Amino acid sequence: MSSAYGGAHDAHAHHGPTGWKRWAYSTNHKDIGTMYLIFACIFGIVGGLISILIRYELQEPGMQMLAEGDYHQFNVFTTAHGLIMVFFLIMPALIGGFGNWFIPLMIGAPDMAFPRLNNMSFWFMIPSSIMLVGSVFAGDGAGTGWTVYAPLSTSGHSGPSVDMAILALHLAGASSILSSVNFITTIFNMRAPGMTLHRMPLFVWSQLITTFLLLLSLPVLAGAITMLLTDRNFGTAFYDAARGGDPILYQHLFWFFGHPEVYVLVLPAFGIVSHVVATFSKKPIFGYLSMAYAMLAIGAVGFIVWAHHMYTAGMSVDTEAYFLAATLVIAVPTGIKIFSWLATMWGGSIEFKTPMLWAVGMIFMFTVGGVTGVVLANSPVTTAFHDTYYVVGHFHYVMAMGALFGIFSGWYYWIGKMSGRQYNETLGKWHFWLTMVGVNLTFFPMHFSGLAGMPRRIPDYPDAFSGWNYVSSIGSYISFAAALFFVYIAIKTITSGERVGANYWGEGATGLEWTVDSPAPHHTHETMPHVH
Amino acid sequence: MMMVRKAAGAFVAVAVAMLAMAQSALAQAGFGAPTPWQMNFQEPATPVMAEIVTFHNFLTVLITVISLFVLGLLLYIIWRFNAKANPVPSKNTHNTMLEVVWTVIPVAILVIMAIPSFRILYKSDVVPDVAKVRQWYPEINVAANPIDIKATGNQWFWSYEYPAERVRFDSFCGMGPIEGACFEQPGPQGAPANRPRLLETTEHVLVPVNTLVRLLVVGQDVIHAWAIPAFGVKIDAVPGRTNEAWFIATREGTYFGQCSELCGQGHGYMPITVEVVSRARYDAWVGQKRADLAVKDGIKFAAN
Repeated sequence: MSSAYGGAHDAHAHHGPTGWKRWAYSTNHKDIGTMYLIFACIFGIVGGLISILIRYELQEPGMQMLAEGDYHQFNVFTTAHGLIMVFFLIMPALIGGFGNWFIPLMIGAPDMAFPRLNNMSFWFMIPSSIMLVGSVFAGDGAGTGWTVYAPLSTSGHSGPSVDMAILALHLAGASSILSSVNFITTIFNMRAPGMTLHRMPLFVWSQLITTFLLLLSLPVLAGAITMLLTDRNFGTAFYDAARGGDPILYQHLFWFFGHPEVYVLVLPAFGIVSHVVATFSKKPIFGYLSMAYAMLAIGAVGFIVWAHHMYTAGMSVDTEAYFLAATLVIAVPTGIKIFSWLATMWGGSIEFKTPMLWAVGMIFMFTVGGVTGVVLANSPVTTAFHDTYYVVGHFHYVMAMGALFGIFSGWYYWIGKMSGRQYNETLGKWHFWLTMVGVNLTFFPMHFSGLAGMPRRIPDYPDAFSGWNYVSSIGSYISFAAALFFVYIAIKTITSGERVGANYWGEGATGLEWTVDSPAPHHTHETMPHVH
Repeated sequence: MMMVRKAAGAFVAVAVAMLAMAQSALAQAGFGAPTPWQMNFQEPATPVMAEIVTFHNFLTVLITVISLFVLGLLLYIIWRFNAKANPVPSKNTHNTMLEVVWTVIPVAILVIMAIPSFRILYKSDVVPDVAKVRQWYPEINVAANPIDIKATGNQWFWSYEYPAERVRFDSFCGMGPIEGACFEQPGPQGAPANRPRLLETTEHVLVPVNTLVRLLVVGQDVIHAWAIPAFGVKIDAVPGRTNEAWFIATREGTYFGQCSELCGQGHGYMPITVEVVSRARYDAWVGQKRADLAVKDGIKFAAN
């Protein structure tokens, strides 16, 4: 293995292209990672803007922004918001962005195993995002929800919008499959000597498990949505009950992808939080092996719980009982992770810098989202909660607070390494607290709306729901202001932040990524590091 | 001390206010619609929903305790182990006993949780016969004859059939017979409180009190979902498959629900209204309906 890239190597042997070609032709994991992060940032703002439109429409009963009768547009907004946040914000940031940047740095590899494939993965995202955004404007827009359930997505939607959205998902899926192949190969084959699997940093573990989940689940999604396409355009009847198909088949296939997908979104955030907690507590992570295997367990069990999204679809009672039990099981490894983070902090000498604030915030907010998940695992209770705002509250606690707090934690933790410049601590803390207030104000009242029975995906609601909806809307404006504030912080950091050295966090930061300069030079680990 | 007493006073005031709110909710018994600033389930109108509410209350206490436990630990850690209070970090990274404890205790909690969950699931999900319902709920005087209702979800209204009674009708969003009134302006000038906007329908589904109602639910075009929160019923209306559900309403009154599966642009505008009435009123309604239908269709049903 070592001869493949080790030995004497002249750093100036190859000059990469410069200017726009450096980015367009890039095969460098750092440049590609940077492009993914910028991509995620742009689409985070776009997705956030759409959520503001949704919340503005829901601020008061009656129609605020949309014309009376233009209810389809509302469904287009919720669909675009969901797909953009999942496929164009969280995945590109956590996997494409931080994964690309830090897997090679952490395992002591000079780059990804397949650099050109890496380039292709990123550039698939551009047409994918154009198709998705285009689907909003071409025809009536896709108002199917991010789940694209048949037959609403087949016979229920004419015009090009849904086809475009499906092809956008195909491209994003292909991109993720290629990245996953690349990441898995890199992690298995390009670790520095001495870095056994059981010594690998937890962030790399999280990426390994995540990419396996993607590799196994995305082809199922691809098959499911291809059948949607042929049902829509070529007269097949996979999901058409009138001709012997079954709409519920689509739901099973979608959630066989969709449930592992939610762990795809949150496992890398787990990885980041583990590093941040250890660094700022100045202690090694508590229970390293059980942390790694807890993620493995979450990933494995995540594949056999999909139908808990379908409790009201009319499954047999024994099937529901199985999915109830299997879903409860996931709480155990998740609990292990929460308690191990707390134990890492226990006895530490903790500095509450901005990345640590996000990590601690993530631990508690994810706990809140996790326990409502346990409530929802119980299918009789979910008879009441299915498709209500309780579910919306729950999954935003794990996504908008679990995954997104993980992203911000990682950004503040690593921006010095990526740009060579440090963020402003005061501004970072303001960003955290502003977001914390905003998202809690937005999503906590949703539990009450859901308990009172408010269904998801409606543009107008009975007047009694107006109180908590008003609070949620105010919260979302604060959250979006915080997001714009972050853009300001990011630009300020990159243009005029203080310059930092190789290890700017001090004794707590121990991985290989802290042995290279900041910003990490174009080529790193050209002399193979040894891990002892 | 003064502060504590003030805080306690405020707490009591809030508790009294909440109690008063709970009582006013009770005074509205028999009206199953959401109320402003509602923070919990609607008053249950079926024994199954009552069990779900009890179970959910237990779960809520449990998850609140767990969340507060984690929060408490975090706050203690922040206070005790910040860099100022604890300048020298420990190197402790393993504690097998602790790891076993935080694996085994959650498992135990989940097992305790699963038992009532399975019990309610098997009760609520499979349609029982009258004998079974009587055995489960001896306190309810269950009528001997169950009734069947078939609900069909359409874009964007519900159609109902009572096969045995030979009654059928469509039910749209709106006030009384005026379909368009669904879209009335919100606020005090709009819908009257007992006929809430976006919840009231042009025709109510009538069911007799204390009677086993067996629901057959299908979708005509896309997937819809038939739901009444106060009954603990929510079941998808899927094209090509007939789903079953059941309920036995024990309180007379009017209960509202909304379509609960995204079904296109009118998704928010196809509510469900069920009126639970005495057997006598139900029989009279069925007679009236059949007479109307006979006139409308020009068909004479044989009297039976």
